[in-house]
Amino acid sequence: MAVKAYPALLRTGFAAAVAYRAEFLIWMFSTNMPLIMLALWAAVARNGPVGPYTQRGFVAYYLATLLVRLMSGAWVVWELTMEIRQGTLALRLLRPLHPLVAYSAENLAALPLRGVIALPVVGILLWSARAHLGHDPFLWAIFPVAMLGAWLLTFLVMAIIGTLALFLESATSLFEAWLGISAVLSGYLIPLDLFPHAVQRVALVLPFRFLLSFPVELILGKPARGDALLLLAAQWGYVLLFLAVLSAVWRAGLRRYAAYGG
Amino acid sequence: MKRLFAIVRAQLRASAALALQYRVEFVVEGALAVLWVGVTLIPILVVFGRTQVLAGWSFPEMLLVLGWFVALKGFLEGAVSPSLMNVIEHVRKGTLDFILLKPADAQLLVSIAKIEPWRVVDLAGALLIFVYAFHALGRVPSALDVAASLAMLVAALLVLYSISILVVSIAFIAVRVDNLLYLFQSVFDVARWPSTIFRGALAVVFTYLLPLALMTTYPALALLGKLTPATAFGSLLGTVAFAAFARLAWRASIGRYTSASS
Repeated sequence: MAVKAYPALLRTGFAAAVAYRAEFLIWMFSTNMPLIMLALWAAVARNGPVGPYTQRGFVAYYLATLLVRLMSGAWVVWELTMEIRQGTLALRLLRPLHPLVAYSAENLAALPLRGVIALPVVGILLWSARAHLGHDPFLWAIFPVAMLGAWLLTFLVMAIIGTLALFLESATSLFEAWLGISAVLSGYLIPLDLFPHAVQRVALVLPFRFLLSFPVELILGKPARGDALLLLAAQWGYVLLFLAVLSAVWRAGLRRYAAYGG
Repeated sequence: MKRLFAIVRAQLRASAALALQYRVEFVVEGALAVLWVGVTLIPILVVFGRTQVLAGWSFPEMLLVLGWFVALKGFLEGAVSPSLMNVIEHVRKGTLDFILLKPADAQLLVSIAKIEPWRVVDLAGALLIFVYAFHALGRVPSALDVAASLAMLVAALLVLYSISILVVSIAFIAVRVDNLLYLFQSVFDVARWPSTIFRGALAVVFTYLLPLALMTTYPALALLGKLTPATAFGSLLGTVAFAAFARLAWRASIGRYTSASS
């Protein structure tokens, strides 16, 4: 059932994204933090490289970060908390399709349009920092898998916290806290290898890295092949873990759910 | 004039009382604000772990810029944005009519409709940052510097407010601009760095077109006693012109407004 419906859901999701293209574009533009950080580090690196990064190295890092961020975006947490608060989740529950599956299709369907917007970023990346990109075809081969993993992790975390709105009033605040911590520990603000070693050691095993930094590291060709495979396994391990958490939270939440307003 | 103050006081008291009813949220949001101040600090700590001086700014001097940034962000997200988001909602639903019919200035009424008092945590954070920065600098600012800095702060608040009013004025023409306000909030993040780290076109944009330099860099320079009187008076004049322009734009868009209900 879900398998048959999925392509149709993707098509309608894509159409919705195209219909609200101006709004969509503005949302994309508000992902500009990597460029701001780039301006800062470029100023620092004017007088010589910082750690392993030259000025061009920073350009490569932050453009890759921007690219991965644009291509792994989801927004299910906002929709889910709103629908729970307003009671419209009940309508979704009545359909013969799991609401989370429907959400995932809606979020996934925006990716092609996101890709179109991300194209200029790819262009600038290739044009200005080509020398800093990875050369190993093996790393490029696992990059799409890592990207999918990053998107799934983003979506699953959002879905888990969104589902928590069935228990908590302040689920969106919880998500903001997650955003703040993850901005620091996922490499979004600062490359993880510029942190002090103690912080690095913690950051490298937490799930945050696999949301963003790991695909970026693949683009830059940093890890050795063996390490890359290990990291990929860890990433998908987290995907499975979060999937299990989500299904547990979802089931427990639905048991106590009573739509507001009947 | 007296009547204006009475209106402002009553309105502010009402919105504060409304916000204070949600006590758990008060605590949660306060904790979040602390977290975000921390997230704002971390990049600076890492950068100055790598360098002593950045584009002529030492670590404590940079903290002053950051302090103003934290304070202004608190003002923007605690006092300006919530009210103006409300306006956009009113325009969409056609309920702005009720406000326009009231016998007081509509811009005043919509501007103070909603505040989030827990953002005072940001102000406290900013104050702590200032105290620490001057402790590290090993001196206290002179009374004149503080006065100059406060004058620049008033200018900064006025510019911030005027930009938001301009954004809302666009709401009368193109209704889906709640995300335009988000876009501005995200661009505002640039103001966490001194404007002098930017080079070329970006420097011009952030000084004149979108005067972020005025908002955080100039008040910080004033505290350090480094702001020239010419720059100070120039930016005060610019601010007044900008505010007048925003007021005119608001009047023009109110003139164009044709209620959604009829």
